[in-house]
Amino acid sequence: MSSNSFAYNEQSGGGEATELGQEATSTISPSGAFGLFSSDLKKNEDLKQMLESTKDSAKLDAMKRIVGMIAKGKNASELFPAVVKNVASKNIEIKKLVYVYLVRYAEEQQDLALLSISTFQRALKDPNQLIRASALRVLSSIRVPIIVPIMMLAIKEASADLSPYVRKNAAHAIQKLYSLDPEQKEMLIEVIEKLLKDKSTLVAGSVVMAFEEVCPDRIDLIHKNYRKLCNLLVDVEEWGQVVIIHMLTRYARTQFVSPWKEDDGLEDNEKNFYESDDEQKEKTDQRKKPYTMDPDHRLLIRNTKPLLQSRNAAVVMAVAQLYWHISPKSEVGIISKSLVRLLRSNREVQYIVLQNIATMSIQRKGMFEPYLKSFYVRSTDPTMIKTLKLEILTNLANEANISTLLREFQTYVKSQDKQFAAATIQTIGRCATNISEVTDTCLNGLVCLLSNRDEIVVAESVVVIKKLLQMQPAQHGEIIKHMAKLLDSITVPVARASILWLIGENCERVPKIAPDVLRKMAKSFTSEDDLVKLQILNLGAKLYLTNSRQTKLLTQYILNLGKYDQNYDIRDRTRFIRQLIVPNEKSGALSKYAKKIFLAQKPAPLLESPFKVDRDHFQLGTLSHTLNTKATGYLELSNWPEVAPDPSVRNVEVIELAKEWTPAGKAKKENPAKKFYSESEEEEDSSDSSSDSESESGSASGEQDEGDSSDDSSEESSSEHGSDSESASEVGDKRTAKRNSKSKGKSDSEDGEKENEKSKTSDSSSADSSSEEESSSDSESESESESESESRKVTKEKEKKKTKQDRNPLTKDVSLLDLDDFNPVSTPVALPTPALSPSLIADLEGLNLSTSSSVISVNTPVFVPVKTHVLLHRMSGRGLAAHYFFPRQPCIFGDKMVSVQITLNNTTDRKIENIHIGGKKLPMGMQMHVFNPIESLEPEGSITVSMGIDFCDSTQTASFQLCTKDDCFNVNIQPPVGELLLPVAMSEKDFKKEQGMLTGMNETSTVIIAAPQNFTPSVILQKVVNVANVGVVPSGQDNIHRFAAKTVHSGSLMLVTVELKEGSTAQLIINTERTVIGSVLLRELKPVLSQG
Amino acid sequence: MIHSLFLINSSGDIFLEKHWKSVVSRSVCDYFFEAQERATEAENVPPVIPTPHHYLLSVYRHKIFFVAVIQTEVPPLFVIEFLHRVVDTFQVTNVGTSFLLDSCPVIDAIIDKSGSTITAEIQGVIDACVKLTGMPDLTLSFMNPRLLDDVSFHPCVRFKRWESERILSFIPPDGNFRLLSYHVSAQNLVAIPVYVKHNISFRDSSSLGRFEITVGPKQTMGKTIEGVIVTSQMPKGVLNMSLTPSQGTHTFDPVTKMLSWDVGKINPQKLPSLKGTMSLQAGASKPDENPTINLQFKIQQLAISGLKVNRLDMYGEKYKPFKGIKYMTKAGKFQVRT
Repeated sequence: MSSNSFAYNEQSGGGEATELGQEATSTISPSGAFGLFSSDLKKNEDLKQMLESTKDSAKLDAMKRIVGMIAKGKNASELFPAVVKNVASKNIEIKKLVYVYLVRYAEEQQDLALLSISTFQRALKDPNQLIRASALRVLSSIRVPIIVPIMMLAIKEASADLSPYVRKNAAHAIQKLYSLDPEQKEMLIEVIEKLLKDKSTLVAGSVVMAFEEVCPDRIDLIHKNYRKLCNLLVDVEEWGQVVIIHMLTRYARTQFVSPWKEDDGLEDNEKNFYESDDEQKEKTDQRKKPYTMDPDHRLLIRNTKPLLQSRNAAVVMAVAQLYWHISPKSEVGIISKSLVRLLRSNREVQYIVLQNIATMSIQRKGMFEPYLKSFYVRSTDPTMIKTLKLEILTNLANEANISTLLREFQTYVKSQDKQFAAATIQTIGRCATNISEVTDTCLNGLVCLLSNRDEIVVAESVVVIKKLLQMQPAQHGEIIKHMAKLLDSITVPVARASILWLIGENCERVPKIAPDVLRKMAKSFTSEDDLVKLQILNLGAKLYLTNSRQTKLLTQYILNLGKYDQNYDIRDRTRFIRQLIVPNEKSGALSKYAKKIFLAQKPAPLLESPFKVDRDHFQLGTLSHTLNTKATGYLELSNWPEVAPDPSVRNVEVIELAKEWTPAGKAKKENPAKKFYSESEEEEDSSDSSSDSESESGSASGEQDEGDSSDDSSEESSSEHGSDSESASEVGDKRTAKRNSKSKGKSDSEDGEKENEKSKTSDSSSADSSSEEESSSDSESESESESESESRKVTKEKEKKKTKQDRNPLTKDVSLLDLDDFNPVSTPVALPTPALSPSLIADLEGLNLSTSSSVISVNTPVFVPVKTHVLLHRMSGRGLAAHYFFPRQPCIFGDKMVSVQITLNNTTDRKIENIHIGGKKLPMGMQMHVFNPIESLEPEGSITVSMGIDFCDSTQTASFQLCTKDDCFNVNIQPPVGELLLPVAMSEKDFKKEQGMLTGMNETSTVIIAAPQNFTPSVILQKVVNVANVGVVPSGQDNIHRFAAKTVHSGSLMLVTVELKEGSTAQLIINTERTVIGSVLLRELKPVLSQG
Repeated sequence: MIHSLFLINSSGDIFLEKHWKSVVSRSVCDYFFEAQERATEAENVPPVIPTPHHYLLSVYRHKIFFVAVIQTEVPPLFVIEFLHRVVDTFQVTNVGTSFLLDSCPVIDAIIDKSGSTITAEIQGVIDACVKLTGMPDLTLSFMNPRLLDDVSFHPCVRFKRWESERILSFIPPDGNFRLLSYHVSAQNLVAIPVYVKHNISFRDSSSLGRFEITVGPKQTMGKTIEGVIVTSQMPKGVLNMSLTPSQGTHTFDPVTKMLSWDVGKINPQKLPSLKGTMSLQAGASKPDENPTINLQFKIQQLAISGLKVNRLDMYGEKYKPFKGIKYMTKAGKFQVRT
């Protein structure tokens, strides 16, 4: 400034210069002059200076102070220009704080905020995923409507980002953008749809959250992702779990039929109430059909169960409400223990949980009865907790426990917390009405309380006694007399009013006392509470009608007092009563009935829980349930549909999966030309089929693809392997010809075909995600355990020598891989599908071969419905029933063992204790890993345990004893030959190679004759895998089906070939070193395949 | 979900606010203050308060209310649990090679006038303080896992492994965290480690009451009971108390009527006692109920739950960690009715 004024000085006269100088000083000095009034301003001034400074430390200090101001709620908006300049700072700490500032004030200073946008746009392209994510986070938090298109674009791009973390943030941004501009809904739904398909656990929770906020009604978007979500659930972060579980609860209620039986659901009764008789009949007819649960329904229930053990109260509550709302009634019981556990948490958690338990305990006492004592009140509990506990205790009260409870209540009544004492008295009243055995005891107890010194207690007792007496008016004259005396001492209006009402109602039973009470009341009328005045008027009226000789004058006096009362209600009532009871010329017919009107039999009040009222129609665990009013955005839980909507909508196309499976990177590098070719072909196909959704085209083009590209494959294979070439190409040519002719016929029967296809995929599809998961988890755990396994190999030998007790560490090795961690029992598993374009497969297999020498790699089994076998019938097991089945999974107890799952059921009405395996009678070499003893099995209880048996590749019987505390039962397990196998993944080429080595003695074959409809690929596949645990080998030829497996114990290959011939015959060939098993398998397969 | 967050101290100042969506005026807290006024004590403030346009969900920790403002339906526990987690996560992490466990069984009980147990249960937690470099994979086995009736785990624990083998297998996060909380099945009788002899009497006529309590060890397996603190909320009618303790210090707050006696260790040879008189409001009638006595105590090296760690193995890393476990039984909500 000074140099400036100096320059002026030279140019023009000194007078001006001084003026300017003055101006200059005046602009500089105000902070000094008005410092008293604007200390804030001054502070901000130095903050501005710090922000302009070149030092990062000064900037950081300034930003810290500014953010501190924001947190304290002080206005820091005028610093906006100074702060926004630093948005491009290289210092990450400063940057973060600037972001915090921007998010807070951008809405107020929109124009200036726009200056920062380009920085974020740049950051969105940053190679560091954390920076991309945070840029998106801030960008979407800046509530400036003008940048909505930019946000939309950023979200779209981020949703396709390679980093799942960035995609997660994209899901978060969706919600923010939606709240800023709801008109973007349609576009956002598209992004949500895309993100819902995401396989990352990181994304799942966030996108479902966005779904719930933006388009919770678009349940159709969930179908395809339902099974994936169920399977991912355990691994999603806890907050995501809560959201997903709540959403899936709603989903289940729209997609599955009710698992509840007619008579045991309260909601069912409600439904019936609104329906006409006819409808109901129809419904019961429908109900009579045996109910089978949709496997998807079961999947959800099963996969949420482990989450009951979560440390997060919200997750536990979410699972609990899911069980409450969608599981069969018999299974809900398992949630009680977990909910009771939550009661040891903070008071806020207790409050919410107790509220939900209160609602549950009204409908189902049994659930929480074993935990009665967990609801005992402690003197240190806050009042709201006490009241809720009391409520639950009342709900749980029954004939058996009421005496214990009443003793407990006695302590509560004496509590210093009088509000709580009063609540206890109401509770006693409720128990008295609910349980007739204790009505008299309760009544006597309450009468005793009438002499309590505390007025609140007495008043509450009076009110409750009044209600109780009303229910059984006879022979309680004494109590009424006692209460009449109380009128002299008690001052609480409600209690006085109750006593007066009671005397009036029973005035004929206490003919001497009633008029005297009226006399006293007439004296004190003017000083009484309005409530009491009304009851005095009532009492007067009733006495006038029954005993007018003694009370006529008194009543008229009271009516006169009432006439001039200040309260219009009382004046009104007075006028009404006078007209009704005092006969005059104007009173009509009504006064004749005055007595009937006043002394009519009144229905006894119901002493009901305040929780009973309406609360149960809200979904448990919601805010609406807690508040008992519909909160904004509450989504109604729909009633079960009468008929389940099409379950096939949840099927996931195989083609998508197949793409997932191919290690595409490698293939691309090796021969890009081929890849390009096959891809374009696919594109053509899908455009041909021209279906509107991607998914549709997948299944439709699958078949075509198969045909077209299999030609390629046969050509390729011919070029690659000269020896095979001729026969292969011949077969290929034949097949194409066949296919062409077939395709005409096909179009006719297409529908049927499709259904077949569907049913097949439905079996396999839920596995898609699970199998993927498994593979991912495997790879994870592999890396974990690599180093470990090295060190362990050494110790293994030692450990083996140890006694049986020390066996556990050994098995650890295997199960550390968590093989079954994400693969729940009997989950369907994907088949390496025929839809996978064979050309590609051939390529890849070739590559694989070169890298790894071993052909035998265990494959995941094909899903088949579980076949259970009886181990122990309940009649011979004295009520203990046992079934076993083969889950077809690698056994965790040893790699030579077949895993067997045993389900034990207790059909008796008492506990069965200490179930364990006793003596074993095993053939030579056979080994068995028994399950841990089961301490006790509740009546009607059922438990599934797993064990492993090494059958030594023989179908010999494993005999052992299943023992309980009291008995021992001899039982046998004889494995079907098909269960002694594990599926093997193998290419067609390898298959042929291996088959070539297993000829002669090692080959057995037979001819099968069956109707043509039994020779469709899906039927053959289904039949073979039903019998034996084999893996499907992708085949380039329609008429040859190949399956591969290895025996569990020795790992010998077992190759099964079904070759279709002309005229409804087929050749079944089995190649294996284990000729005995081979021939047994052949014998078992033959009848199955020839069956109609 | 959470729209805004306000932190309110005990004197009712909003000292921190944070907004995730648009800015909500802090005047929304007025509804909270109203509710606070209605509920005479802080812990009686309802955790969920509806206001015309928002819902206020709050937790009360360290004498601070954490008030979350939300606008639409949300599982209330989601918010509450989240707020608690926010309070919990002010921790320091470290790198090193030690793995320390604190096993704290906690005994909750209600003892009635005559000294018999009305309800008693044992729950417990195992807290871990982990300073391990790398990605160690740990397995922890118990001597007697069957005692555990109900468990909940830190998310790092592999649940399947627990279900099949009753072994805790996990890759621990760094720092302090709660590995496991559990409940011991109710069938097992709970040994109550202390007893309280009491003689508290009020008389209608006199304005003086007698007060005498003695604390002694019961079933402690020879371990010393330490850190004993006795508190009791006296009835309103008690104006003051004149007491002499045989050991420790005691205070009585005539305003809140809270009696607190810091006993310290219990010497079984010379049982600590607190004797004296209570002066009552003249003319007032005697209170209905004798005060409840709350007890806090610790017993080192005693696992009253009977749950003992068998062994802890580490895989996946080459070094040998320093391992240690400390057992300490504590009283949870231990009340004696008199």
